[in-house]
Amino acid sequence: MARTRTPVVADWFTGEGADFRLLGTRCSACSSVFFPREDGWCRNPGCAGGDLAEVPLSPRGRVWSYTDARYRPPEPYVSDRELPWQPYTLIAVELAAERLVVLGQGAPGVRVDDLAVGMEVEVLPGVLGEDGDEETGTAWTTWHWRPTGVAA
Amino acid sequence: MTGDVAVLGAGMHPWGKWGRSFVEYGTAAARAALADAGVDWRDVGSVVGADTVRGGYPGYVAGATFAKALGWQGARVTSVYAACASGAQAIGTARAQILSGLADVVLVVGADAAPKGFFRPAGGDRQDDPDWLRFRVLGATNPTYFGLYARRRMATHGDTLADFARVKVKNAASGALNPNARYRKAVSAEEVAASAVVADPLRLLDICATSDGGAALVLSSMEFARRHGAADPVRIRAVSTVTPTYPNTVLDLPDIATDSAAGVRPEGPAFRSSIALAAYEEAGIGPDELSLAEVYDLSTALELQWYEDLGLCAEGEAAKLLRDGATAPGGRIPVNASGGLASFGEAVPAQAIAQVCELTWQLRGTAGARQVAGARVGITANQGLFGHGSSVVAVR
Repeated sequence: MARTRTPVVADWFTGEGADFRLLGTRCSACSSVFFPREDGWCRNPGCAGGDLAEVPLSPRGRVWSYTDARYRPPEPYVSDRELPWQPYTLIAVELAAERLVVLGQGAPGVRVDDLAVGMEVEVLPGVLGEDGDEETGTAWTTWHWRPTGVAA
Repeated sequence: MTGDVAVLGAGMHPWGKWGRSFVEYGTAAARAALADAGVDWRDVGSVVGADTVRGGYPGYVAGATFAKALGWQGARVTSVYAACASGAQAIGTARAQILSGLADVVLVVGADAAPKGFFRPAGGDRQDDPDWLRFRVLGATNPTYFGLYARRRMATHGDTLADFARVKVKNAASGALNPNARYRKAVSAEEVAASAVVADPLRLLDICATSDGGAALVLSSMEFARRHGAADPVRIRAVSTVTPTYPNTVLDLPDIATDSAAGVRPEGPAFRSSIALAAYEEAGIGPDELSLAEVYDLSTALELQWYEDLGLCAEGEAAKLLRDGATAPGGRIPVNASGGLASFGEAVPAQAIAQVCELTWQLRGTAGARQVAGARVGITANQGLFGHGSSVVAVR
């Protein structure tokens, strides 16, 4: 028995392994894409308002910018305060087809020195953090970005 | 100009980490502004408070709390909240009341008592709140965004860590001359480089602290100012409080993603530029006419960004403007002669008001050791979370 895997936010991503994708919505009238998903209405002020359909976002994009978290973020970020803080990277990625920039954490092991603006990265499933014990606890799943061509 | 309102008085409670209530800071600032104006509090027809999210029941809903602290006298009350842009909203509200004839004299007050360390969202499990989500899902603090902007500038414009440090050195030198600043000592580039990295590439001394402080203004109609004996007061000529236009394609706090430009091509200036453009248009002036600017240097790199967004130089040329000394005291267009957030730290609802206090003293020629010679026209610029533009033009 292992921790229950639960998305940190429902319906923002789907799939496993190479099929993992971020999920947005697209307006049927004006083609605007929304992430995080808009399910209520299209936010383009010049659009009469079309149906919003769920759409997987491109799995690859290019680094718009990046940084890291050298200090432990405050709650509601979940981290084990008994353990020394392990910095992670944050990567803003430009998706060409959707013409938007999506922020995400870098995959474990990705350091700022591994990154450059304009570099190609891909999305992959990751674990944000765990709580509870091995049997009854929760592993909160999320998305990570990682430079393409890097072995898992 | 028919659109002008007079700045009769300006006052501040010094910035710091005093450990007392925001009510005390705001009340002290209000009393200082009233004394500076020579106006009896009982003659103020309207009080506008810029709220803080701290202090319980969002800043005791600020306007009335300050009115009560000063002594109830029946004034019309307004309370506004727009994150870092709250002060500009308060000034904008006061100006609208004066220009519409609803009030002759308005007191504007903002004050905060900030927590230690990172700002954090309100508590609870709030999956519908973008500000809560960015912390929960990404651990994306405010410095995360500052780091992203800084790295982007390095990659696209060739800014260097030395350029960023130069901003801190410049602002710390000015802050050392400002009795209201929290940090009043010179900082060297070596000290910036030796401080800890918080959000790569930015270090602790590249990022503004969170502070306690209070700022207040007494604003009036030009007619009241004349009757009051203020023949040539500093005048507020424009208050820009614009929102972005869709699609907003620059990643902005607290968002996890930008708008998509797939359906609509972005047209016109990006958000920060549009804030300044609206102020210039309303004031009928251009960047060439400025004597000084007070900009929101949440980070050293963001100060450089503002140079371009205010049109002080072309895109990508901010670091050159800085290196040439144009934005230093004595330069063509001194920026953050007050010392900026680098020397104050951020007391959120007070900050945009404090920027206008500095313009007031500079335009009066009473800024002491940090006086910008012959200052006639000043601009402030700032941006509040969730899409609040903030820019004020003052003239004399």
